[in-house]
Amino acid sequence: MGQGSDQKQMTREASVILDRLTKRFGDFVAVGGISLEVARGEIFGFLGPNGAGKSTTIRMLCGLLSPTSGTGTVAGLDIGTQAEKVKQHIGYMSQKFSLYEDLTVEENIDFFSGIYRIPGDKKAARKAWVLQMAGLLDKGKTRTGLLPAGWKQRLSLGCALLHEPPVLFLDEPTSGVDPASRRSFWDLIYDTAGRGVTIFVTTHYMEEAEYCDRLGLIYRGELVAVGTPGELKGHLMSDQVLRVSCSSPQEALERLAALPGIRDVALFGRDLHVVTPDAEAIVPEVRKALASFQVDAVERISPSLEDVFVSIIEARDRAEGAQREVRR
Amino acid sequence: MTFRRTWAVARKESIHVIRDPRALGVSIALPLVLLLLFGYALTLDVDHVPLLLWDQSQTPESRDLGARFTGSPYFDLVAAADSYGDIEDALDHNRALMALVIPVDFGRRVASGRPAEVQVISDGSDANTATIAANYAEAIVQRYSAGLKVKLARRTGTLPPRPPLEVSPRVWFNTDMESMNFIVPGLIAIIMMLIAALLTSLTVAKEWETGTMEQLISTPVRSSEVVIGKLFPYVAVGALDMVLAVLAGRYLFHVPLRGSLLALAAMSMIYLVGALSMGMLISIVTRNQLLASQVAFMATFLPAFLLSGFMFDISNMPKALQLITYLIPARYFVALLRGLYLKGAGPSDLYGEGLFLLAFSVGMVALALKKFKKRLV
Repeated sequence: MGQGSDQKQMTREASVILDRLTKRFGDFVAVGGISLEVARGEIFGFLGPNGAGKSTTIRMLCGLLSPTSGTGTVAGLDIGTQAEKVKQHIGYMSQKFSLYEDLTVEENIDFFSGIYRIPGDKKAARKAWVLQMAGLLDKGKTRTGLLPAGWKQRLSLGCALLHEPPVLFLDEPTSGVDPASRRSFWDLIYDTAGRGVTIFVTTHYMEEAEYCDRLGLIYRGELVAVGTPGELKGHLMSDQVLRVSCSSPQEALERLAALPGIRDVALFGRDLHVVTPDAEAIVPEVRKALASFQVDAVERISPSLEDVFVSIIEARDRAEGAQREVRR
Repeated sequence: MTFRRTWAVARKESIHVIRDPRALGVSIALPLVLLLLFGYALTLDVDHVPLLLWDQSQTPESRDLGARFTGSPYFDLVAAADSYGDIEDALDHNRALMALVIPVDFGRRVASGRPAEVQVISDGSDANTATIAANYAEAIVQRYSAGLKVKLARRTGTLPPRPPLEVSPRVWFNTDMESMNFIVPGLIAIIMMLIAALLTSLTVAKEWETGTMEQLISTPVRSSEVVIGKLFPYVAVGALDMVLAVLAGRYLFHVPLRGSLLALAAMSMIYLVGALSMGMLISIVTRNQLLASQVAFMATFLPAFLLSGFMFDISNMPKALQLITYLIPARYFVALLRGLYLKGAGPSDLYGEGLFLLAFSVGMVALALKKFKKRLV
């Protein structure tokens, strides 16, 4: 689980602590006992497929859902017993854009300024800061609904930071935003973390995951791996990855998947990524199997985060399958 | 609860109301439309009943009787009939509601002082109107008959016999017996209940549907600040509706207000806050705009219309139903408004109903506050 690599983080002041945090909806276990510590000023990324329990975890930490069992602490406050106090010390951006579209940019800022009770002498300065940060200086009187998606996201971020919270929760903040806006949004996240704000962010964009200080992979409500992107790619992946570039990759995929000694084949753009325990041994097999294709390259590559993720999940499913066999 | 946050919510909610001119227009026009629609449709006065006359007698006496019908404001002569076939045809095609048949020997019998009969045929498919119209007809015939008796007595030189018992009717409070004066105050109560609940039924549900509620409940805002803050703009819209309804009652339906305007305003405000909070409660519980507006309609309009004493007298209802009417806030407001409008009731006459109304309002606000949770599930 990468416990050893967390050691250096543990010595730093923890800002968000999860201790066997669990959420059940009836029989369905949305979050199954996650334990985790996030240090002050850290950008912690939560990575996982839809329905894995990312949003549910964030919502529990924000006091929007009560945990079924386990505890959590945000900025030193208990999320079970002090949920309303927690809300004074966090900023939250939900998955869906959730500012008021019929209000102007300034009206939205003024509203949250009132809700967070920003003191009178700081109000104007904070508003100016948000407008400047979001690049909306000349758009103050524009109806929020008319802004492009990327601008809306920046305004949301500004409103969530209006009261200068020590912890910021972002639930897929860049979904539906174009790549250029995504990049500039991450610049803002870096700036924010640089001021000592702890950032807890979920995403399903792999390239965004690379920007995080540390990542937690979540799958079916469980935390399956934690570490820096480098650690995850280096140590956690026991398998090796081959990049295969050939004609008709769709057919080649089927052909390769049937080979013994290959764990997984996946389409990455126009290439195939082949996951195997032993790359050296499998290369001739691959070339033989693809004799009827035009093969441009078969080379070993360092795995991407997605490879890591797929490999960890596959391993987990295999282990679970084996357990089920034994139980039978 | 802080003023700052409550004010922030009230302000942003007011902007929502102002920025949606179509919804605002509907919420101002709808009460007036309903008032006009129901006000004119619900008139319980029966007049201008279309009448068919078949005068077989064709004598001065029969013409005299016929003229008493056609000259009264209650009947309008649509045609003269020549046969029962004519009458049947006219009633079938709704050209007439009633037919008066004066037999051939009518003139002769009346002239010679012998008892005579006339026939009144009415369309019983609208039993209520038919009964009232038949009563009018009977009254006209009776008056005619009394006149004949006097004439006869004069002729024979004796005094007409005095009836053993006489009723001298006096009507208090609604001296003209104008049904409008009775209907309009009740109608205002029913319409305000419906409009107020509809006004707020969307506000919380909409925020859940668009996702803004998730953002809002992640802030330190208190439940009470959200609920009370959201009520503000709708209280203003509701009060405007109430003023328009009272003005329409005064100047379109000519219903005089005998009681104090201040008492009317105070009672209306209590009622309004209760009904608005009820709409809000529905919105909070359903979290769905379509469902909320349907529930708001069902929960306010039907009970208020049927069980408030507006349409049907409560004392004539079965006991069990009578008990249920105590739960219908419109019941108290209908009674209050009628008291204020017709009797010019003062504060001491109002506090019984007023207290029930206050209890309703306080209860609804409390329930809305209790049900609004800053949690997703």
